[in-house]
Amino acid sequence: MGKTIVEKILSAHTDTDNFRIGDIIKARVDFTFANDITAPIALRYFKESGAKQVFDKKRVGLIPDHFAPNKDIKSAEQCKLLKEFAQEYEIEHYFEIGKMGIEHALLPEKGLVLPGEVIVGADSHTDTSGALGAFAIGVGSTDFAAVIALGEIWLKVPPTIKFIYSGKLNKWVSGKDLILYTIYKIGVDGANYKVMEFSGEVIKGLSMDNRFTICNMAIEAGAKTGIIEPDEITLKYLKGRAKRPYQIYKSDIDAHYEKIIEIDVSKIEPQVAFPHLPENAKPISKAKGIKIDQSIIGSCTNGRIEDLRIAAEILKGKQVHPEVRLIIIPATQDVYLQALREGLIDIFISSGAAVSTPTCGPCLGGYMGILAKGERAISTTNRNFVGRMGHPESEVYLASPALAAASAILGRIAGPEEVK
Amino acid sequence: MIIKGKVWKFKDNIDTDVIIPARYLNTSDPKELALHCMEDYDSEFVKKMNQGDIIVAGRNFGCGSSREHAPIALKAAGISCVIAPSFGRIFFRNAINIGLSIFESEEAAEQCSQGDILEIDSTQGIIKNLTKDKIYKTNLLPEFIQKVISLGGLRKYVKEELKRREKNV
Repeated sequence: MGKTIVEKILSAHTDTDNFRIGDIIKARVDFTFANDITAPIALRYFKESGAKQVFDKKRVGLIPDHFAPNKDIKSAEQCKLLKEFAQEYEIEHYFEIGKMGIEHALLPEKGLVLPGEVIVGADSHTDTSGALGAFAIGVGSTDFAAVIALGEIWLKVPPTIKFIYSGKLNKWVSGKDLILYTIYKIGVDGANYKVMEFSGEVIKGLSMDNRFTICNMAIEAGAKTGIIEPDEITLKYLKGRAKRPYQIYKSDIDAHYEKIIEIDVSKIEPQVAFPHLPENAKPISKAKGIKIDQSIIGSCTNGRIEDLRIAAEILKGKQVHPEVRLIIIPATQDVYLQALREGLIDIFISSGAAVSTPTCGPCLGGYMGILAKGERAISTTNRNFVGRMGHPESEVYLASPALAAASAILGRIAGPEEVK
Repeated sequence: MIIKGKVWKFKDNIDTDVIIPARYLNTSDPKELALHCMEDYDSEFVKKMNQGDIIVAGRNFGCGSSREHAPIALKAAGISCVIAPSFGRIFFRNAINIGLSIFESEEAAEQCSQGDILEIDSTQGIIKNLTKDKIYKTNLLPEFIQKVISLGGLRKYVKEELKRREKNV
């Protein structure tokens, strides 16, 4: 019987022969990273472990992106720990403010996560890199400490659910809408402990930015990771970026899947996930009219150049509603610079939006756009849990950049075709 | 190991933002995190609960972010273990790694009520409900994970493994 892409990647990274789904294996790790929230605990544990050095100085990343640029003294202390550790252990990929971007946008952009690799990140949205055909999983601090000490991780071999998308995409339907719709279909634990393999003619036609968005939110269905087979679009993206040689794996035609779910995208409208779970998606036609106080365009989910281009297309020559704060956060410095060169930043600021340096900031209620009691936001981020963006009695509606931009202009949840 | 305590019931999909809101993640001090545990769900929770109490929750407990601060906050607040039909997978790993006991049991999650007294034998995988005089079964953890737990968590495992490698060089 054939193998899935994930089974092939794991086989290439373990000494255990003929493992089965559910077996515990030890896998070699190609790249591992942590941020200013998860690293401080891990770095302390690493030092206490007796390890003299990290397993490979070129394969460890430290990225202060969550509460950085430092939002307060406590955050500054946490970020300082990352910098000092990077100096002491000669970590090559430490990203200081000015070069820092949101980790899951930054690492693919810098060619540090590659197809066929095992990637372990101390952040739940590590699954984003699955869009490149890597096995990329999120873990906590203790696991990260173990990986930088040993260069390997214990894993339970997961089953895979295959999703096949077919049909013609409707206007303004993006990767964000496909993943919100998919989570609505299977629920927030619909893929718990499992891999979501995204495939079909629709996925093959999507840009890398849209693919990253889809894999980014696999965790929102409980998945161990999301993955997409590499193709010509992947190879084109990697050209001139990849920092290491890499291997392409594809699923065999007779590979075993726990389940195969087929989705006809021609029936999908732009989606809005209502509070307080990402599974609460509704088509835009059933979500219109809800008054908003804030709109966020950014994050590891939707802070890439194509996301900003779509927002600019809608905002050009328009004004943000007087009662709405529109905050746009390019995910990396390269995205920011590219947006500047293309004139997008000019469009944003002229429309009355605030543009920020890269940070996770408001997505997890850190800073740069916290909601007051009773306030409502539409946001291109990934979670709408109770209190996620601020006060426990505030609300977050998840959507694509197109909807976030249109809603900012109209002061209520709206589709782009309503903007006149 | 025998764990005995009083039940606090929680619904499905309790996420890590509820267990410990991100606004407190600028510290990793367990005592400080414990003060804010479950604050956005019930602001009085930490005051009302007692040391050794047990959380019995619905499906997908601990879904969401990778923050280890979530199991750390629960453990530091004095929660002895969490029972649920299923857990968010990163929370599941984190709890094992830091030594917070967790048990998967659909039966227990369905049948226990707020305030019931439970006694759990973790090596046998048995949950006794002393209030209702019922017995529920829980899934035993895989051998490797039991080994990690018996060593006292992943940190001890890493120390052992580093020593082993040093000898083999």
